Amino acid sequence: MSEVNGRAGSVATDAAARIGGADSANERGSHGAVATHVIVPGVVDTLEPDRHELREAPRYRFSLSRRQFLGTVGAGVVVLVVVRDGLSLDEQEFGEAEALRASADPIGAWLHIGEDGAVTVFTGKVEVGQDIRTSLTQAVAEELDVPPSSITLIMGDTDRVPYDAGTFGSRSTPQMGTQLRRAAAAARATLLRLAADRWEVDDVAQLELAAGRVIHRASGRSAGIGELTGGRKLVETIAADQPLEPATRWTVAGTPLRKVKGPDIVTGRHRYASDMRLPGMLVGKVLRPPSFGARLASLDTSAAEAIPGVVVVRDGEFVGVAAPDEATANRALAALRAEWETTASHPSHRNVFEHLRRTASGSGNGRGGPGARGDIEAGLAAADERLEASYTAAYIAHVPLEPRAALAQWEGDKLTVWTGTQRPFGVRAELARAFRIGEERVRVIVPDTGSAYGGKHTGETAIEAARLAKAAGRPVRLVWTREEEFTWAYFRPAGIVDIRSGVRRDGTLTAWDFHNYNSGAAAIRTPYEVANARTVFHPADSPLRQGSYRALAATFNNFARETHMDELAARVGMDPLAFRLQNLRDARLRAVLEAAAERFGWGRWQPSPGRGIGLACGVEKGGYVATCAEVAVERSSGQVRVLRIVQAFECGAIVNPDGLRNQVEGALIMGLGGALWEAIEFEDGRILNPRLSQYRVPRFTDVPPIDVVLLDRKDLPSAGAGETPIIAVAPAIGNAIFHAAGVRLRSLPLVPYGLRAPGNP
Amino acid sequence: MAPILEIHVNGRLHRIQADPAKSLLAVLREDLDLTGAKYGCGEGQCGACTVLLDGRAVRSCITPVGSVGARPVLTIEGLASGDALHPLQQAFLDENAMQCGYCTPGMIMAALDLLQRAPAPAEDEVRRALQGNICRCGTYPRIVRAVLRAAGTATEAGNE
Repeated sequence: MSEVNGRAGSVATDAAARIGGADSANERGSHGAVATHVIVPGVVDTLEPDRHELREAPRYRFSLSRRQFLGTVGAGVVVLVVVRDGLSLDEQEFGEAEALRASADPIGAWLHIGEDGAVTVFTGKVEVGQDIRTSLTQAVAEELDVPPSSITLIMGDTDRVPYDAGTFGSRSTPQMGTQLRRAAAAARATLLRLAADRWEVDDVAQLELAAGRVIHRASGRSAGIGELTGGRKLVETIAADQPLEPATRWTVAGTPLRKVKGPDIVTGRHRYASDMRLPGMLVGKVLRPPSFGARLASLDTSAAEAIPGVVVVRDGEFVGVAAPDEATANRALAALRAEWETTASHPSHRNVFEHLRRTASGSGNGRGGPGARGDIEAGLAAADERLEASYTAAYIAHVPLEPRAALAQWEGDKLTVWTGTQRPFGVRAELARAFRIGEERVRVIVPDTGSAYGGKHTGETAIEAARLAKAAGRPVRLVWTREEEFTWAYFRPAGIVDIRSGVRRDGTLTAWDFHNYNSGAAAIRTPYEVANARTVFHPADSPLRQGSYRALAATFNNFARETHMDELAARVGMDPLAFRLQNLRDARLRAVLEAAAERFGWGRWQPSPGRGIGLACGVEKGGYVATCAEVAVERSSGQVRVLRIVQAFECGAIVNPDGLRNQVEGALIMGLGGALWEAIEFEDGRILNPRLSQYRVPRFTDVPPIDVVLLDRKDLPSAGAGETPIIAVAPAIGNAIFHAAGVRLRSLPLVPYGLRAPGNP
Repeated sequence: MAPILEIHVNGRLHRIQADPAKSLLAVLREDLDLTGAKYGCGEGQCGACTVLLDGRAVRSCITPVGSVGARPVLTIEGLASGDALHPLQQAFLDENAMQCGYCTPGMIMAALDLLQRAPAPAEDEVRRALQGNICRCGTYPRIVRAVLRAAGTATEAGNE
């Protein structure tokens, strides 16, 4: 690609012009007005559960009782997995333990085998593109020895599945995958026992289960798995310590399986929340303030209400319309006469870092912080080289291609909302609070969703649609515009990292003092050996609404750390790979680093003018990643091109190799945007680049050849893989740019306008 | 009252009542309940709304329905023949060239436009042709492979 200035526009505009030629009549629904998130009276104003990875446990949890679960299915075998004793450290950290214990029926998941042999699995996890529907199907197919096609997953429907905190934190594979394996293994044991009883076989070991049938070879008898219960409903409850098939013996799991809903997607049949409709449904739109924090001073709704079929709702600061179709809804929105009081000065993207520093809490002079050890000052005194450097990261947006969407329907005082969210039960709680009704009267259903990346944890769209539907007395569907998605969702936090370090001439780290301001604490600890270390996270006052994002702060913390390690290696004149290995004991991290370097040809690379190579590694959420990149820098123009990337990844035993590869590639490619160009610009409480023509995300020609090396550790439990593969991309590229051009870049994005001058303006 | 328009979609003639300035995307989704073409940006930047108009890919979100006239519109829903998937659809499945799938219909329609003009495109040609379509999940390398695979399939079929 030829352009240096990297604004998203030029490429895509060319493409649009080439194929389209249509004029600008569009249905954007642009009304130029924007707001802080809607504050409906009664709605708690904190919709950021993942802020710094802390969450508040719900006060009440209304879950289906076992009897209610069982009432929804017919005869056959039912296995309920009780998670009471199986709480993970994560759940305790996330504050889930209390809530789960308080619940009368702490069921994690359950499955049913019907008399027709159909297997139905019920889980609160949701599918947002990470393909967990497929890999969970695979896990069950493996334990139960049935074809994947006989398995249906009911996901993210709060009236049909057990409570689940949400789909985030790379926990679906290690936790839900394990629970479902156990449920399936228990069902398998039950089926074999039933067959043994029926055929009067003494030793269950004489029976085998394959392709959905139980077989007794000695007598030649066999039966389908649905035929064995004889009209009864057999219910089994298991704890989470059922023995599992070792990964070394997997036959279905561990092999590639195509996306189970693929045929619906390639034919356009799949209905995302934004595609759903109900009879009599209206289209909703919300009036947004012109800037964050603006208050509604006056509102004249008469012109909008005069439009036939239009319903206007004003409830406190919430103003919205519902109309029979999109165009009418947009017309009604434009007809609202609103006056706003804007608030005082607001930081901009240009001075946000000073603002974050100024408002940060925690002076960092304490001894706290994870992994604190030794004495920093003594470590610095013992060093031959000392280095102090600051790093920054801009706010970036998730840009899920499907914007937030919800379809809400009231039937009496019972509310049903179809919406794309990673936290169906969290959204149910938000709705219950907003409308002051019990959670048992709210049902949230999550159709497989058009991606999320950590950006769809909250329920504002569901609340807005439900508020409008309540006023209209009809179902209302609300789909955010791209501008709304860019403005009124939440962002990956901006942040600053300050590092002070010391190293001896022989390459031994002696001191590591690491301070993160605002962006978060994920992967904040260094994996390197160092006797004197301090790691402190300083929360600050974020001028923009911020929240979860794929890998959270791990990307920025790892960028700062791995860039700094590169700087130290240069200070002592060591090869960046050798320097890292010398200070690294973690065998799994060493393994990915060595695997990536080997495949990349790190030690064999031949210098070439304007070219450079860089590497970086990191560990987070049980996944180990190392990335090597080669770049070309054209000094005259400042253009930076990524020529190739090799990435090694290890997350324990691999469930679906092709699905894993897809996740690793996808995270890496998404990471290119945040590494190179993506930055939210804002001023006076407004987002200045809330469009895809103004915010550059990676496109086809931005993607270099990518070589992914997967290390399969069948001896280790499977960890999640949707997040960690993003964390080493930016530092590998930044380090390669330094190698090529001698310019050290310490800000994300690295080259929003190309490499203009030393110091990266 | 909005005028009555006739529009040919997937081989069928539809009579709809719509303002000519209404976008083709809105007509497909609201009036015809064909929701395979998606809204992604409303400014022709992401390609999620791509359909074929008279055989060429257009961004239906910035195409006024009044400009369509008698020209045939093909959407993702009209691509398969009964249960038999189009080679592009099959290739996207075979290469697992999707994650969330929201961009997939637009990708397939944009690729169809390319293959109709260039039945055996080079890899770079595929990338350039699809440059206006965003896959936020980052399945670009797989999509390129899928289009090349479909091109191979299509060529073989043509030779028989």
